[in-house]
Amino acid sequence: MDSLKRRTTHRKRWDRLFQGLFGAATLFGVVALLLLITDILRKAAGWIDLQFLTSFPSRFAEDAGILSALAGSIWLIGLTAPIALPLGVASAIFLEEFAPQSSLTRLIQVNIANLAGVPSIVFGILGLALFVRALGAGRSLLAGALTMSLLVLPIIIVSAQEAIRAVPDSQRQAALALGATKWQAVRSVVLPAAMPGIMTGTILALSRAIGETAPLIMIGALSFVAFLPSGPLDQFTVLPIQIFNWTSRPQEEFSHVAAAGIVVLLVLLLVLNSAAVLIRNHYRKRFEA
Amino acid sequence: MEKHETTRVSKALVKGVPLDGKGNGVHHESPPLGNTKPRPAEAPVRGLLFLSALVSVMTTIGIVLVLATEAVSFFKTVSVFDFLTGTKWTPLFEPKSFGIMPLLAGTLLVALGASLVAIPIGLASAIYLSEYSSHRVRSWVKPVLEVLAGVPTVVYGYFALTFITPILRRVFPEMSIFNAASASIAMGIMILPMVSSLSEDAMRAVPRSLREAAYALGSTRYEVASRVVVPAAASGITASFILAVSRAIGETMIVAIAAGATPKLTLNPLESIQTMTAYIVQVSLGDAPYGTIEYKTIFAVGLLLFLMTLGMNILGQWVTRRYREVYR
Amino acid sequence: MMANTSDRFILQTRNLNLWYGERKALANINIDIQPQRVTAIIGPSGCGKSTLLRCFNRMNELLPGIRIEGQVLYNGEDLYGSNVDVTEVRYRIGMVFQKPTPFPKSIFENVAFGPRIHGLTENLAERVERSLQQAALWDEVKDRLHHNALGLSGGQQQRLCIARALALEPEVLLMDEPTSALDPVAAGKVEELIVNLKKRYTIVIVTHNLQQGARVADTTAFLLGGELVEIGPTSEMYTRPRDNRTEAYITGRFG
Ligand SMILES: Nc1ncnc2c1ncn2[C@@H]1O[C@H](COP(=O)(O)OP(=O)(O)OP(=O)(O)O)[C@@H](O)[C@H]1O
Ligand SMILES: [Mg+2]
Repeated sequence: MDSLKRRTTHRKRWDRLFQGLFGAATLFGVVALLLLITDILRKAAGWIDLQFLTSFPSRFAEDAGILSALAGSIWLIGLTAPIALPLGVASAIFLEEFAPQSSLTRLIQVNIANLAGVPSIVFGILGLALFVRALGAGRSLLAGALTMSLLVLPIIIVSAQEAIRAVPDSQRQAALALGATKWQAVRSVVLPAAMPGIMTGTILALSRAIGETAPLIMIGALSFVAFLPSGPLDQFTVLPIQIFNWTSRPQEEFSHVAAAGIVVLLVLLLVLNSAAVLIRNHYRKRFEA
Repeated sequence: MEKHETTRVSKALVKGVPLDGKGNGVHHESPPLGNTKPRPAEAPVRGLLFLSALVSVMTTIGIVLVLATEAVSFFKTVSVFDFLTGTKWTPLFEPKSFGIMPLLAGTLLVALGASLVAIPIGLASAIYLSEYSSHRVRSWVKPVLEVLAGVPTVVYGYFALTFITPILRRVFPEMSIFNAASASIAMGIMILPMVSSLSEDAMRAVPRSLREAAYALGSTRYEVASRVVVPAAASGITASFILAVSRAIGETMIVAIAAGATPKLTLNPLESIQTMTAYIVQVSLGDAPYGTIEYKTIFAVGLLLFLMTLGMNILGQWVTRRYREVYR
Repeated sequence: MMANTSDRFILQTRNLNLWYGERKALANINIDIQPQRVTAIIGPSGCGKSTLLRCFNRMNELLPGIRIEGQVLYNGEDLYGSNVDVTEVRYRIGMVFQKPTPFPKSIFENVAFGPRIHGLTENLAERVERSLQQAALWDEVKDRLHHNALGLSGGQQQRLCIARALALEPEVLLMDEPTSALDPVAAGKVEELIVNLKKRYTIVIVTHNLQQGARVADTTAFLLGGELVEIGPTSEMYTRPRDNRTEAYITGRFG
């Protein structure tokens, strides 16, 4: 009896020890994020001002600004969304609503899953060979947007598929029973109901595109752009490339400029993601009302 | 197209039940079925949707074609054997040498380092989130992990170079500014959410009845977690490791910024190295002229990178499917 | 071309057999539905009532692995004929489901849905109002036509679905246990509505509730194990069933 008791206390001690360890591991991620953010804010302090936001890059850290990169990022997203969103949603509709249960359908599905795991730099290589060289788009915003569209396409497809799958079948049946064609049922019942999910997924995909650097380096986005792009065929830079460029400079001051650039990038991401949350909540309310 | 519909339907209405029909006998005047114009055909829409779905397949084909054609042309100059087994990588200066080993070693060294950070911590936090934590803790830790997963990699690169490296250099003064260790740690933090959330999903898929059976025998939470849940979720957990390592192998910016540009066959994480991805970035920043052998190296290295990650992803998915089947 | 069989019947099946994969769900069904009457289909759970009902507007085709043999005639015409457009079938033969299925749109848009997809946008507001009135819902919703339909009560939602089907002026209305998801008061209202609607529409209703069947149906068909056991005037069926299996079911000995 006594030894059993001792063993139980012993086991309980182990239990508590591991609970502490596991808890600490969970805290690790939280602490890492806090460290990262405070470190960057500390280094960026004093470097984000109106001058920084409204200037072009410069050889001198004090004069350097983020304007062309910010404009480039916004241009890039503005061009990527209208390419990737319809393609992604159409693919998802096909796979969920129209595709026959064939081996081709399965192949498309498996392919999408695998494409999502292809390193982004490989998409850059594709963009370089296909859009920059073969299609002659050059090192333009358009080439960048096309590359980014292919990169985020799997993310949009998968999230749109999930959103479409979540629409109850009774809704489709109700539309079909009123004599709707399949496409009418999809267009006027399924899609509207799936839209919040599709929008959230798309915004998350676009946040991914905003943070991507490597594919755009591959297609030759510049790192020193002292003009604002005025059309899709213009050359460009984006926030992460500008940050990469500043980070690579040996002078200590540029490290601060880079931190300031990171803050701008993170704020942009924060804005996008908040929009996603707002959209989700807005529609959720509408649906439940 | 819309017009056809209207005419068809209004004709049906005229002959069919009148809007204010009193009933009797009217039904029998309704027109026979099928003598009306068909509605707008669905075939074109279906075709368009299908074509969209094909874009992703074409993307894969495009990747393979682009990588393969340029790589084939590269392997006309350099033999596949020399490429795969050579231990010197100096394509950018004379005497040129094209042995991938140093890049491969650099890639694997960083991926290994990242796994050493992400796997134990990710697994432990997955256990915590799945077996220990209250709903409240979960509801704020999960979003934090999501944010961590959403931080752009260039930011992790910056963090590695300007935060982790200076700290490590206080401990190891001989360490170079660019080194594998800092990149590994930053990358470990980056893939941590992936390990944690995929493993947690696998653990949550373990049926409650298994846990309850163990608790009923008087097991502690640690015993349930370590002897019941983790073994039952083993394949899902393994899949999360595989997918995370694949992600680390393909990751570019952290290593391009923090790990250096010195292809080196070494296991010492304190040294500057170069990974396959960082090499590709280096060449494209350096503007290698189109068609030169330097330019083609991008594709040979890219092809190897693609095949490695593809293989791991397929393996990961296969393992995932297996654990799903177990609990169907 | 028309009416090669008795035109006293609007819907008829001829030796109808149906399989879900290997499983036979309807066996040799011959049933005649009279126009402007309420026909109830009764029978124990799983006997094929819904399956039969869904044959009348070809909703069965949506399921994979389904096989249908025999004929379904609509005004003497083969509903499954190769020249027949399935959307037209469903336009003329409406359906109401067991659970209310309002779309997450406004009340108005729900009712306008059918007319819109069929291009009947002339006098749309009138058509919507008329349908809602026929469904005995107008007075309850006329002040909030543009509110979300999901805000209605379950009974109101079901009447909205009936209005939505009526907006197409169908000849036939198929109803699959339309009141079983409703509370008794709401169910009573829908029942009353059904009785009123038969002046204009042919109604086929599946019901588990024998009292309800007795109250609303002119004709009753009893289905068992995928076979049509008996069909006849409701009063006769309930008082003097010809088949002792019908009697057993009606007196509550099984099902
Ligand atoms: N989609 C389907 N796939 C396979 N079998 C089905 C399907 N739908 C129905 N069945 C089978 O066909 C038979 C008839 O089903 P049906 O839904 O028509 O019965 P029901 O009389 O409407 O029953 P209930 O009163 O429970 O609604 C049942 O045995 C059922 O299991
Ligand atoms: Mg049923």
